[in-house]
Amino acid sequence: MIYIVILIGILAFWQLIKVYEYATIINGSEEETVTESDTRFNAKMMMVFCVAFFVFCIWNFWMYQDSLLPPSASEYGKALDTLFNFNMIIIGFVFFIVNAVLFYFASKYYYRKENKATFFAHSSKLEMIWTIVPAIVLTVIIIYGLKVWNNITAPVNPNETIQMELYAQQFAWTARYGGKDNTLGKSNYRLITDNNPLALVVEDPNNGDDKLVKGEFHIPIGKMVQFKLRSRDVIHSAFMPHFSAQMNCVPGMETEMHFVPIYTTIQMREMTKNPKFNYILLCNKICGAAHYNMQMDIIVESEEDYNKWLATKKTFAETMSATPDEPKVESVKEEMKKYTAITATVEEVKVEEKK
Amino acid sequence: MDHAHDTHTHEGHDHGHDVHTHHDEPGFWTKHIFSEDHKVISRQFLITAIFMGVLAMMMSVFFRLQLAWPGQSFPILNYFLGDKWAPGGVMSPDMYLALVTIHGTIMVFFVLTGGLSGTFSNLLIPLQVGARDMASGFLNMLSYWFFFISSVIMFASLFIEDGPASAGWTIYPPLSALPQAIPGSGLGMTLWLVSMSLFVVSSLLGSLNYIVTVINLRTKGMTFTRLPLTVWAFLVTAILGVLSFPVLFSAVLLLIFDRSFGTSFYLSDIFISGQALEQTGGSPILFQHLFWFLGHPEVYIVLLPALGITSEIIATMSRKPIFGYRAMIGSILAIAFLSFIVWGHHMFITGMNPFLGSVFVFTTLLIAIPSAVKAFNYITTLWKGNLIMSPAMLFAIGLVSTFVTGGVTGIILADSALDIPLHDTYFVVAHFHIVMGASAIFGMFAGVYHWFPRMFGRMMSNKLGYVHFWITFIAVYGVFFPMHFIGLSGVPRRYYSNEAFALFDNTHELNVIITGFAVLGAIAQVVFLFNFFFSIYKGKRATQNPWKSNTLEWTAPIEHLHGNWPGSLPEVYRWPYDYSKPGKDEDFVPQNVPLSAGEVENH
Repeated sequence: MIYIVILIGILAFWQLIKVYEYATIINGSEEETVTESDTRFNAKMMMVFCVAFFVFCIWNFWMYQDSLLPPSASEYGKALDTLFNFNMIIIGFVFFIVNAVLFYFASKYYYRKENKATFFAHSSKLEMIWTIVPAIVLTVIIIYGLKVWNNITAPVNPNETIQMELYAQQFAWTARYGGKDNTLGKSNYRLITDNNPLALVVEDPNNGDDKLVKGEFHIPIGKMVQFKLRSRDVIHSAFMPHFSAQMNCVPGMETEMHFVPIYTTIQMREMTKNPKFNYILLCNKICGAAHYNMQMDIIVESEEDYNKWLATKKTFAETMSATPDEPKVESVKEEMKKYTAITATVEEVKVEEKK
Repeated sequence: MDHAHDTHTHEGHDHGHDVHTHHDEPGFWTKHIFSEDHKVISRQFLITAIFMGVLAMMMSVFFRLQLAWPGQSFPILNYFLGDKWAPGGVMSPDMYLALVTIHGTIMVFFVLTGGLSGTFSNLLIPLQVGARDMASGFLNMLSYWFFFISSVIMFASLFIEDGPASAGWTIYPPLSALPQAIPGSGLGMTLWLVSMSLFVVSSLLGSLNYIVTVINLRTKGMTFTRLPLTVWAFLVTAILGVLSFPVLFSAVLLLIFDRSFGTSFYLSDIFISGQALEQTGGSPILFQHLFWFLGHPEVYIVLLPALGITSEIIATMSRKPIFGYRAMIGSILAIAFLSFIVWGHHMFITGMNPFLGSVFVFTTLLIAIPSAVKAFNYITTLWKGNLIMSPAMLFAIGLVSTFVTGGVTGIILADSALDIPLHDTYFVVAHFHIVMGASAIFGMFAGVYHWFPRMFGRMMSNKLGYVHFWITFIAVYGVFFPMHFIGLSGVPRRYYSNEAFALFDNTHELNVIITGFAVLGAIAQVVFLFNFFFSIYKGKRATQNPWKSNTLEWTAPIEHLHGNWPGSLPEVYRWPYDYSKPGKDEDFVPQNVPLSAGEVENH
């Protein structure tokens, strides 16, 4: 880091010298507007840049392919990975070829007094080629892409899924399970209290068996999970990068997404050789000061373990009867204080982990 | 008056001629400040935009420091942001969001829309079509002054107690509507909305003027198929602006209503800071539809002038006609048309009907075709040319490269399925900064270097221009190419710090590299600023037609005179790209040179 600062310092100094140097030249007289030696130099630089740029690109791919996300952990994600690689090969090819040709021409055909440019204003044949070829390639890309998209977004039968809700608010997530009846009951935003943070309608029989969890939620491997998404205050986005899944949470409406997890957390820890690996849910739509730290852990496990874990959680009816209900009055400042306390502890924990 | 006029006339103005039909003796104020002369207005736009650009660039350096070394103390941050926003030199999360918001707003609207169109449409439309001035000099002057007031308000919003708008440059409600949600949505957002409303007024006044001027004030012989591609681009850009900016205005107006008068266009069922709000039945998604109905054409409002400038410069400096002139016009029109029916690709994961999503995938990917045609036509123009590497030419070539590099990743993002995991990650940031940010700013730099002699009667230093170009070019790719990998690692944009997630730890090194290049790029702009301002006063005097160009602006006298040409207007006999035409002695034939006996006008 220090080296970079020093490097930048040196460059800045070098710049200043250049500025000084050239300031004296500015007033000097030059015969031509652009000298032939300048043109030649910059033309050569085009090729130098091209090579350096390509080396830099390949170095980037080489160095950072491992820091990219591990293979997608959902069924749809697999299809997305393949689609992505397919598109990457096409655009990578176009990127290298077109840039190479551009810089090659720029360095080859530089101005020489004795030369004359070829008067070549138009060619229907060429123009047809580079209209039709991209059109064909794009047709393939569109059809393939839409096929995957239609698969991902096709409606699912709720009875064949685990019904869940992800509820977003500044700056935390709450997950809710459909409970025994696997059905999420109704809600009304005016009902929010400390005990009823998700504003569930108590009278709705579908709500009594629902289970609310914070901090982390579990899902079983190999089962379709359907998430209903709601937001309490501003737009959030439920992003689960490992499952290639994302959907906005919009106040005033309910959105939906679903996927089938295909690796358990433990399997993924082995695959990534990282014993601390955890799937995460994070917020990916700017939502306020602590947007950068709005997270929840996700545990994928066998159906047995999942059922065991879920059985330990209280139902909504149980929590409601346990404590008397009081209207929630809290100022923003207090909420913010709480949040800063949370981030502080998170950071402390992280620091300790690093040590 | 006379005396004042003389003391402020530097260029040896000839008082004898009688081109001035509306002013006899303009005083200092009407000549330099409230001028109705398109050339003066264009300089005013440029210099205002440079000021705003420097501001937005400094902001980007500030938040890059935070991203590379989160939580580290930088005295420079404390110096500029003060104890409230950077206590002990560490930027606060609120200020981080404010900086990314204002950086985006200024760059997109004030630099690349106001700065780019305002400067070059103003300078080049009358001069290249052979008109004495804009159709309405007065409205044109108003256009600048609305832009100026709008800039002043945006600038002033940086200094208020709760901080400037900080809901992202797209200002999605409810975040932008509720001060309880984020402090920047108080007075800061009010000023943002007022500033942008005035900006829309400025843009409309300017655009209407550009359209009328191109259609009505073309000189004799200047048919539409003899217009330089710059003018075509400016015309189509202006049409896009007239059709889309009012939609932004309506979006902003409804937001003002929601914020101040308790309406619920965008708000529904919100519970915040212990209170259930009354508003119900609105939709935050409605705002996104309205915003992106402007927002997507806006991308092309930014890009088309840059492409037009590039067409002109590449042809001139290659000493070769632009390849496929008619195809270039066709692709400008196709891009402009398509740009109105693709806005939904910003909203694939808002819960929009998936079928509607697929329609937007289709229309979006169609844009790749005219874009590909443009890129290949540029490259063919270079082929077997006689390339003069002026700084403008370098930036034009750089633009073609960034346009291609940034364009291809658009194919990934336009694919709705692939957008799911990449939406709002740094992959998107990398994509649009290369294809729109870098390309447009390269177009702007190219234009400044190329038409500086036309604007100020002097030349900029080539040598400094080369230094500026190469460092900027390296910095642009150094910043934005690695950024794709951060996005592919799943890092969301607008995160104050990535330290809350162990998952993102391995992108830290890349963030440091990026910030290094960002600082380098910022330093390179100092070279430009020096070159620009120094050359205005001390640059070498320009010759009449320094680049040996064909277009009409180089036939007008270097001295600024209101009315552009002394005596009668030039007449046009040919298209603007007769470079290296066989059978001609010179490698260029200006548009006002009649066809010689037996010569055929080709294109």
